[in-house]
Amino acid sequence: MSPITHDRPPVRRALAAAAALSLLGFINAAPVLAQQPKLKIGMMLPYTGTFAPLGVAIENGFRLGLQEQGGKLGGREVEIVKVDDESDPAKATENINRLVSRDKVDVVLGTVHSGVAAAMVRVTRESGTLQIIPNAGFAPVAGPLCSPNIFRTSFSNWQSGYAMGVEMARRGKVKSVATIAWRYAAGEEAVKGFKDGFTRGGGQITRELWLPFPTVEFQALLTEIGAARPDATYAFFAGAGAAKFLKDYDQAGLRRTIPLVGPGFLTDGILEATSGAAEGVETTLHYGDGIDTPRNNAFRLAYAKTFKLQPDGYAVAGYDSASLLAIGMKAAGGDINRRKELYAAMEGATIDSPRGQWKMSPAHNPIQDHYLRKVIGNENRVVSVAVKALDDDPTMIAACRMGK
Amino acid sequence: MELATFLIQLLNSVQYGLLLFLISSGLTLVFGIMGIINVAHGSFYMLGAYLAWSLTQSFGNFWLALLLAVPITVLLALTLEWLVIRYLYTRDLLYQVLLTYGLILMFEEIRSILWGDDVRGVSIPAALDASIRLTDTLSYPVYRLAISGLCLLVAASMYGLIQKTRIGMTIRAGSVNREMVQSLGIDVTMLYRLVFALGVTLAALAGMIAAPVSSVFPGMGNQVLIVCFVVVVIGGMGSVKGALIASLLIGLVDTFGKVLHVEVAGVHLLPELASMSVYLLMAAILLWRPEGLFGKRG
Repeated sequence: MSPITHDRPPVRRALAAAAALSLLGFINAAPVLAQQPKLKIGMMLPYTGTFAPLGVAIENGFRLGLQEQGGKLGGREVEIVKVDDESDPAKATENINRLVSRDKVDVVLGTVHSGVAAAMVRVTRESGTLQIIPNAGFAPVAGPLCSPNIFRTSFSNWQSGYAMGVEMARRGKVKSVATIAWRYAAGEEAVKGFKDGFTRGGGQITRELWLPFPTVEFQALLTEIGAARPDATYAFFAGAGAAKFLKDYDQAGLRRTIPLVGPGFLTDGILEATSGAAEGVETTLHYGDGIDTPRNNAFRLAYAKTFKLQPDGYAVAGYDSASLLAIGMKAAGGDINRRKELYAAMEGATIDSPRGQWKMSPAHNPIQDHYLRKVIGNENRVVSVAVKALDDDPTMIAACRMGK
Repeated sequence: MELATFLIQLLNSVQYGLLLFLISSGLTLVFGIMGIINVAHGSFYMLGAYLAWSLTQSFGNFWLALLLAVPITVLLALTLEWLVIRYLYTRDLLYQVLLTYGLILMFEEIRSILWGDDVRGVSIPAALDASIRLTDTLSYPVYRLAISGLCLLVAASMYGLIQKTRIGMTIRAGSVNREMVQSLGIDVTMLYRLVFALGVTLAALAGMIAAPVSSVFPGMGNQVLIVCFVVVVIGGMGSVKGALIASLLIGLVDTFGKVLHVEVAGVHLLPELASMSVYLLMAAILLWRPEGLFGKRG
């Protein structure tokens, strides 16, 4: 990877200057360097608002991963600074600047909301601070906005959509699908993924229905779906909106006549609020309930013991962020400023994750298995692997100019 | 569009329109008759929904929860009127907006402390948890029809109250000339207190009734607030009849705006147009009748 040589971080230049000054006897920098100060990690996650439980899960996962590394990364103690991003894009730039400029963190971990992540990336691309994104599936981060210092440990929105598209096309009896989604970045990316996977397998999208984010008046569009009679419906909603959609879909009598499928976010974390209306709904995601591997069982046991909570896909992404950072810091011998070794190790890394082994792609997005899951009771039970070792949207891979 | 689909969409529009009327009827009263711009109206809607959720949780019965929640909101409204709102009657519009905006912030914070920030679901009461089959693929939930019925009932009783009773007459008189009504020996202060309580209770009631179909979440009131103001502006200040007709109009425009397929040179104009359609309607009506459909000519 070539860009690192000309993309010399300012910290390095400052150190070089400090070294030169110390040689002249102005200041004595050597003991400071020898002491190996703590590695400062800034967690910019939602701790209030709708996404608060996700932020907590990510932090818990990261802390568990760190604990399994003996609390050290590349031999260095770790100090954690937390900022509540409130999932508010309007406050994002101020928050990330505070971490990068005032607290001078070495690593930024964040965040959940794509709009906030987009604002963070704009700052870290400039400052050169290492950023690990443990959730936001916003496509351009591993596309036109990709950068040597930015890595994602979760997914891209396109990936889960594509996996479901492939799965539906494979079934043969599903020929036509209606899509319904919020019209904003994540919804559009997921629907594009589904369309790419489904039409490549010979399927046809008969209706594309959209709602402005975050409105929840679905009734008119459900009537349209009922009238269009597709073989299945693909829906992208999350949180409160998803809970209402699942209930409305059920009450309109559509759940029994037109099967409903979607990305994992459609049914994650809200099943208790739907009181059974989501039973049988199928989704695709990189994680789910009942992945019976020793790795996952050990992780779930340790997580449940430590936090008295069951882990979910968000916790796994937090956990994997710690593993990824450990691999990088080890290769760099604990020196965050040895960027070349750090990034090279992270980029080629294979992560032995509870979700199954995955590899970091050249555009810094996980190449990972996507599971087909089915709602049974309050669980998203894994049924099979929908697509093995799935990389990102080819148009995003092509748009990432890093190392080309 | 097939005839059956068209008729179902018509039903959807009427149903949505009636729900809008229920939410905005309280605003029409307070805004139109008392002349108070209550931007916290949406907060009372949210408060109603959260009350319905938490009381249903504690007592396990939705109807019992409603029965308890209504007097709680009436008391709250009377207290608020006595504490702050009554100082607004003689003040400028700006003061009203500032004060009621402050109320929004307070209610959001209280909600966060009392009930947290999670999404909550209220189950549809068992007696109404059924669907009527319309076509081989589509059914219509009975609960939604029940909401429409309730909205019609509210519309009828409001019409009766305002047009046919003595209290209604004094309310109408008070909205035209407060001083004159007062000098005729009518206790306008008490009258306004009652109207405010009625307006708040209607908003909260709408939140309670809508909770099972809309789910309960932070900021839900602000989502409905804007469309409520659109209803009041289109219908004309203080006209309950206007609010009803405006609600139904908006229901129609919003529903058909969402589903009509307009394609120009391969580019879908919808749903961008759908999210604008309601405001286009408002602009058109205001150009034609600046005082709204049934507003008094100024």
